[in-house]
Amino acid sequence: MVHFSSEEKSVINGLWGKVNVEETGGETLGRLLVVYPWTQRFFDSFGNLSSPSAIMGNPKVKAHGKKVLTAFGEAIKNLDNLKVTFAKLSELHCDKLHVDPENFRLLGNVLVIVLATHFGKEFTPDVQAAWQKLVSGVAIALAHKYH
Amino acid sequence: MVLSSDDKANVKAVWSKIGSHGAEYGAEALARMFLSFPTTKTYFHHFDLSPGSAQVKAHGKKVADALTNAANHLDDLPNALSALSDLHAHKLRVDPVNFKFLSHCLLVTLAAHHSAELTPAAHASLDKFLATVSTVLTSKYR
Repeated sequence: MVHFSSEEKSVINGLWGKVNVEETGGETLGRLLVVYPWTQRFFDSFGNLSSPSAIMGNPKVKAHGKKVLTAFGEAIKNLDNLKVTFAKLSELHCDKLHVDPENFRLLGNVLVIVLATHFGKEFTPDVQAAWQKLVSGVAIALAHKYH
Repeated sequence: MVLSSDDKANVKAVWSKIGSHGAEYGAEALARMFLSFPTTKTYFHHFDLSPGSAQVKAHGKKVADALTNAANHLDDLPNALSALSDLHAHKLRVDPVNFKFLSHCLLVTLAAHHSAELTPAAHASLDKFLATVSTVLTSKYR
C-alpha cells in the first residue's frame, strides 16, 4: 500500500491546484493514443483517430480525458485511501471495460510527462517523485479488484 | 518496432535543440530516476548520489554522449551501439526493466526544458527511439 508523507501530499496538492483538468486530461489521453497506438483498441467508437492532430483534436478524446483526470482529482482528495476510493472503478475496468492494468501505468507516465511540459522547471525531481508515487498508487488501486 | 523516416526526422530535430545541454540533461534524468525509482540506485552503490554529485554529472554526460551518437546513426543502431551493448551484457548486467525508468526520466527532462519541441508526434518518436536503444543495449544479454 502506497504511503504519502505530508510533504508529498503538499507537493501533489500544490501542483494540482494549478492544473486545468479539462485541458490536461484531453492532452494526456490524446498523447496516450498517439504514443502507444495499440491503446486505441478501447476506443473504436471515438471516430477519427487516424493522425496525431486528429487524435488531439477529437472531441470524444478530450471529453473522456477530462473524465479520467477528474477521477484522478478524487484520488488526490483520498491519498490515504486509494484502494477503497477506486474499488468500483476497478471492478468496472475489469468486468465491463476489460482494460489490461498495464494501460494504467502507461497513462500515469504520460500524465507525468504532460505535467512536465506545463510546469517546466517547477516540475523538479522531488515533485516528479511525489507524482510518480501517486500515479503508481492509482494504477495499483485500479488493478486491485481484478480477478 | 521500426523507426520511420518521420521518427528519425523528429529525433534529429529534438536533438539539435538540445545543443550543448546534453550533459546537463543526462545528469538531471539520472537524478530524477534515482528519486522516482529508488531501486535503480542499487547499480550505483559506489557513487555519491547527493545533489550536484560530480560522479552523477560525469555519468550523465556519458549517457547523453551515447544517445547523441545513437541519434547520429539511426540507420545502424546495432552497429553504433555494439560496444555499449557488450558492456551492458557482460559487465554491467543492468536488468532490462531499468531502461524504461531511465527512458521515461529522459523524456520528463526533455519535456520540462523543451515543452514546445515535445509535440505528441515528437514524444512518440522519442519514446520509440529510446525503446529501440534500450532493446539494442539488452540484445546480447542471453
